[in-house]
Amino acid sequence: MITPEQIRDDFPILAREVRNGKPLIYLDSAATAQKPTAVIEAVDAFYRTTNGAVQRGAHLLAEESTAAFEDARATVARFVGAQSGEIVWTENATYALNTVATGIAHASAGIGGEAAARYRIGPGDEIVVTATEHHANLVPWQQLAAITGATLTWIPIDGEGRVDLDNLDTVITDRAKVVAFTHVSNVTGLVTPVEPIVARAKHVGAITVLDACQSVPHMPVDLHALGVDFAAFSGHKMLGPTGIGALYGRAEMLETLPPAVFGGGSVATVTMEQTTWLDAPQRFESGTQPVAQAVGMAAAVEYLEAIGMENVAQHERELGAIMRAGAAELEGVRLLGPVDGGDRDLIGIAAVAVEGVHTHDVGQVLDDRGIAVRVGHHCNHPLHKHFGLTGSTRASTHVYNTEDDARAFVEALAAVRPFFGVS
Amino acid sequence: MSDLEQMYQQVIMDHAKQGRGKGLVDAQSRRIGESHQVNTTCGDEVTLRVGLNGEHIDSLSWDGAGCSISQASVSAMTEILADTDIDTFEEAFDAFRELMHSRGEPLDDEHLEDLLGDANAFVGVGKYPARIKCAMLGWSALRDALAKAQS
Repeated sequence: MITPEQIRDDFPILAREVRNGKPLIYLDSAATAQKPTAVIEAVDAFYRTTNGAVQRGAHLLAEESTAAFEDARATVARFVGAQSGEIVWTENATYALNTVATGIAHASAGIGGEAAARYRIGPGDEIVVTATEHHANLVPWQQLAAITGATLTWIPIDGEGRVDLDNLDTVITDRAKVVAFTHVSNVTGLVTPVEPIVARAKHVGAITVLDACQSVPHMPVDLHALGVDFAAFSGHKMLGPTGIGALYGRAEMLETLPPAVFGGGSVATVTMEQTTWLDAPQRFESGTQPVAQAVGMAAAVEYLEAIGMENVAQHERELGAIMRAGAAELEGVRLLGPVDGGDRDLIGIAAVAVEGVHTHDVGQVLDDRGIAVRVGHHCNHPLHKHFGLTGSTRASTHVYNTEDDARAFVEALAAVRPFFGVS
Repeated sequence: MSDLEQMYQQVIMDHAKQGRGKGLVDAQSRRIGESHQVNTTCGDEVTLRVGLNGEHIDSLSWDGAGCSISQASVSAMTEILADTDIDTFEEAFDAFRELMHSRGEPLDDEHLEDLLGDANAFVGVGKYPARIKCAMLGWSALRDALAKAQS
């Protein structure tokens, strides 16, 4: 059980007023979530007391910073059921996904030698995604296909946006080398059943990559149990700072993947002719690292763990249901995706199209009431095209939202068409 | 009038519903320029075609889809600039851009207000920086189309 009224006190920004002195109703957490005092103070304290360069130098601050950085890694790893060495810090989830795609491109060009041979792909091979991917988990694979000569294919979705699991055997062929798919849609909020996709991918020997951006912040996720080879998620969507994300790679997979970015900090020996790499995860962490951000992300994890991810998931499931059911009942409002997922779980997301009113204009009416939502295509052109739309208005929750917030979204939506004189 | 009502004044809603000069026409002018502009954040689109005879804008038409601000703005612009000339466009463009950055204050210049006509109604957009791009979309398209027609 969650008491959001108490939780809200932990988020200073929720006390501010927005347009016309209205209280803030923040329903844009799928874009970026707000930060609790615990995270803000952890970042602040790091800079005030600890800051030093990590993995280099022998002075006390460097040692303490390295310890904080590695403790943060262990905390984030624990949160997703992984070992510490299986977590690579990245700038965000987009960079994490690109780290895998670019590493495969590099392996395909011969970098990493025989040890990286399992990552080599080329003409005749297939890279499989789904038709509901965020651009961050579509474009890198599309471009990897262009670089290597492999073919991009995709698992279709049904009319309501559910990933179609009925024909996996024909879509994921024995030519598939990579299967990359989203854990939760950032538009419909639908949770993808991971098990059957991983089972089929394993059967044909394909590498699996999970976009866990919208799952890790909102529900319990155990990556070892899910059995994926790689996963990506960001700090800022899970109450942590911006500028930090994580790439999870199963130990034996990370061990042989070549780096995506070359530079200092990731190398063992360098001569003018050649370079050998450090072991994972340092191999993937070139350049000065975002240490305060890592510390902040770990503080966010501890904050969420104290509430309990089962509680978070249940709370947001309920809020999502209120928003979707309320929106679907309104005249001239179309919900993208199902009200109720049936056998599929949903998170706290409701994306809608209002007949006769552009999404930007919808967002403006909501903003006038102090309600912050996302308007546009949410970095997902293909899914909007699938629904016959160019954009939508998306409300998304986090642990600090209340049932009143969810109802305010529905009430504001009801006011949109009358305001614009559309009937 | 609330900020929201100020932004969506009736004159804007009318332009959004009934776009002036909407529907691309075949221009018979000596020089023709066309520009396609997209607001990548929300997918607003305008395709604008201008026909020039010397300095004279003797044909101005457009097609588009998007939010009411972007579509109404290109409509109002078409209404005030059809059958004018390049100098008038440049003066109006600068005045409209100034209006957009006035944070919701009307232009304090009778001549420029006369020049902008219905486009003065977009004054409320200045309070919403995220929407300035929407209101400027058609104006950017015309500037680009004129440059192409002149090159």
